[in-house]
Amino acid sequence: MKAKHQRLVLVVLALVALIGAALLAIYALRNQASYFYLPEQMAENPPEVGQAVRLGGMVAPGSLETQADGITVTFTVTGREQSAVPVRYAGILPDLFVEGSGVVAEGRLLADGTFVADNLLAKHDENYVPRELEGMSEHQAAEMAEETTVGLE
Amino acid sequence: MIAEIGLAALWLAAALAVLQLLGGVLALRGGTTSDIAALTRPAAILQGGLVAVSFGALLYVFAITDLSVKLVAMNSHTLKPLIFKLSGAWGNHEGSMLLWVTVMALAGALIAGIERRLPERTMQATLAAQGFVALGFYAFLLLSSNPFERLAQPAVEGLGLNPLLQDIGLALHPPTLYFGYVGLSVAFSFAVGALVTKQVTPAFARAMRPWILGAWVFLTLGITAGSYWAYYELGWGGYWFWDPVENASLMPWLAATALLHSASVLASRDALRVWTIMLGVVAFSMSMLGTFLVRSGILTSVHAFAVDPERGSFILFLLALYIGGALLLFALRAGAISEGERFSVASREGALVVNNVMLSAILAVVLLGTLYPLLTEAFDVRVSVGPPYFNPVGAVFTFPMLAVMAVGPLLRWRRDGFGRQTKELALIGALLLSGLILFALLFGMAILPLLGLSMAIALAVASFLPLKGRKLRRVPIETWGMVIAHFGIAVALFGMASESAFSTEKLAALEEGGTTQVGPWSVQLQAVEPVAGPNWTALSGRMTVAYDGGEPSEITPQSRNFWAPPQQTTESVLVTRWNGQLYAVMGGDSNDGRWQLRLWWKPFVTFIWYGGLLIALGGVLALVGRVRKDLKRRFVKRRGAERRTEMEELA
Repeated sequence: MKAKHQRLVLVVLALVALIGAALLAIYALRNQASYFYLPEQMAENPPEVGQAVRLGGMVAPGSLETQADGITVTFTVTGREQSAVPVRYAGILPDLFVEGSGVVAEGRLLADGTFVADNLLAKHDENYVPRELEGMSEHQAAEMAEETTVGLE
Repeated sequence: MIAEIGLAALWLAAALAVLQLLGGVLALRGGTTSDIAALTRPAAILQGGLVAVSFGALLYVFAITDLSVKLVAMNSHTLKPLIFKLSGAWGNHEGSMLLWVTVMALAGALIAGIERRLPERTMQATLAAQGFVALGFYAFLLLSSNPFERLAQPAVEGLGLNPLLQDIGLALHPPTLYFGYVGLSVAFSFAVGALVTKQVTPAFARAMRPWILGAWVFLTLGITAGSYWAYYELGWGGYWFWDPVENASLMPWLAATALLHSASVLASRDALRVWTIMLGVVAFSMSMLGTFLVRSGILTSVHAFAVDPERGSFILFLLALYIGGALLLFALRAGAISEGERFSVASREGALVVNNVMLSAILAVVLLGTLYPLLTEAFDVRVSVGPPYFNPVGAVFTFPMLAVMAVGPLLRWRRDGFGRQTKELALIGALLLSGLILFALLFGMAILPLLGLSMAIALAVASFLPLKGRKLRRVPIETWGMVIAHFGIAVALFGMASESAFSTEKLAALEEGGTTQVGPWSVQLQAVEPVAGPNWTALSGRMTVAYDGGEPSEITPQSRNFWAPPQQTTESVLVTRWNGQLYAVMGGDSNDGRWQLRLWWKPFVTFIWYGGLLIALGGVLALVGRVRKDLKRRFVKRRGAERRTEMEELA
């Protein structure tokens, strides 16, 4: 094999591997990226049962209940248009998780319409706001944004 | 006064960077013996000193908490302990950028001072490139983020520092990563220099290699420390979240690992010339991209601090300028670089090519996954990409790479057959296979941890096979470096696979005096007590823990409330044994007199960071070996020259 051929083979090999990686990545991203839903979107066009998604909205005041095991909590996440999604979460609530404030829940929808959260993202510190809550005013009615981002500046 | 001195030094350094750039460029045009060319090296050296003075000034104003300086007022507090006042100097945007240019200028001074192996033209081009890169960062600092800005009215008290960042981890972690990033900028300058003068030679690879090795060691340490820091500080029990900020440090590491191996091929075999240059450009692009992602806050991260979108666009501009320029130069010049030596597929070069291609593929996978949310946001679709994407897709390329890594060091340079190493290959294969079968039957675990555990064991043995049949005393230090680094990969892999396969988690609500069990540990909550610190109050859960019915010990995880600025953090407690860690987090009360606890038993999780340290140690050994060889060569050369003059005198 001549030197020139060798370089050609190497270039082709590298290109094939990189393009393969890119194609595989794009295919996987379409399936594995976790999409963000508002409560009304989840009511209208629910994700597949078991698919990892994120749900963002406001924790309905008075809906937070601790179950008998002392660990599992249930609450309702509301959006506009009276849409509400019941959420179940087992774990230690994030530091600044309160009723009437915004939250992003990572998890999946069950067949009975309950959203099971693996992780809750609330206000992390005075600088950190889950990105989904940040730009809500652009996408949502101003009132909703106001309610959701109370104390979230 | 001190702050003004710091600022003045920074401006002078910027002026010297211009001189360095001009000197280098004129030297390329007018020959390396002109007066201006003679100024390039001194300009770089003096610049290093000036920037060091500037950084010293910043440390000083933080140490005395000079509240008339805006940066101090915004980020420090008189009540903070001195060590956190000092680390606060770079725990913010302006300070961290000053740290970056400081390291960069010192590196520039070092190459200007000691690097004499390369042709002077290449050195001039390299220093010009280094000056050009530095100039961009000086402009960034001076025009958009002056760390020494004064307040018209001195503040009464500082605004404090994010309490999550009040940790010894902060004092060490970002500087470590910056050393790595900057080392890659030096490699980039070398690559540009070699490209301009078309001198892509083994000597060039040997000059560049210590910088890559150093950068790589710092990146490895930075990632390892950062991962451990996030692990115990965030209280989420995880060591890697595939968060954009984490990926920002992983991507340069992947590129640097590839570059390190291809530079080795270039240094010892004079092959892979163009590829090495390309990787030099890519590695630095990844550090710039990392800085951009972290600084701009364009992607949401749990680790982000000091975020500012406007400054992000400045970094993006620098990124486009340097990388676009370098790629353009590459496109123009790559064709003119002559072919390197040939080699067959079954050779060490062949194995290293596979390693390089696989690393680049992993890099592409991580890069796409990190940027994908940005891409979809342009279409107003919000997504986040996490472990369900990164783990399997990354593994598709990682495992073949690890398999080649087990075999590659056994092969000879240039041309080899697999027939010579049948026994070793059979041993590795047998270990892998028996591991797969054994773990599948015993534990019935998921595919990735299963592959990981078996591969880790096969790799741990394989990494020592290159020493077989050699006198251990006479094995060069750099070979030990390779062996230990590869062994470190196996150790870290074992830790990761074990953590994901065998971890047990327990969430419990306990009354005072209640007990629970997690894995082999029994945990009893003794009492929940309020505690107060210098700037926080906390709920502290006093509990006794016992491993497998053994001697109980007491731990006190806390849930802390800081008041300047107001914020809550969890102070988890880790109980380390040789075979794993107990991880305890204190939660709140559950409204009925019980307290929430979150406990994990993570067998062998510590191996992840031991592995990281071993990898870094391997890098250090390789660096020591290379530098020692270089010094020896210089010494011999000098002695030879002395002898020759002596002989001439005698004659």
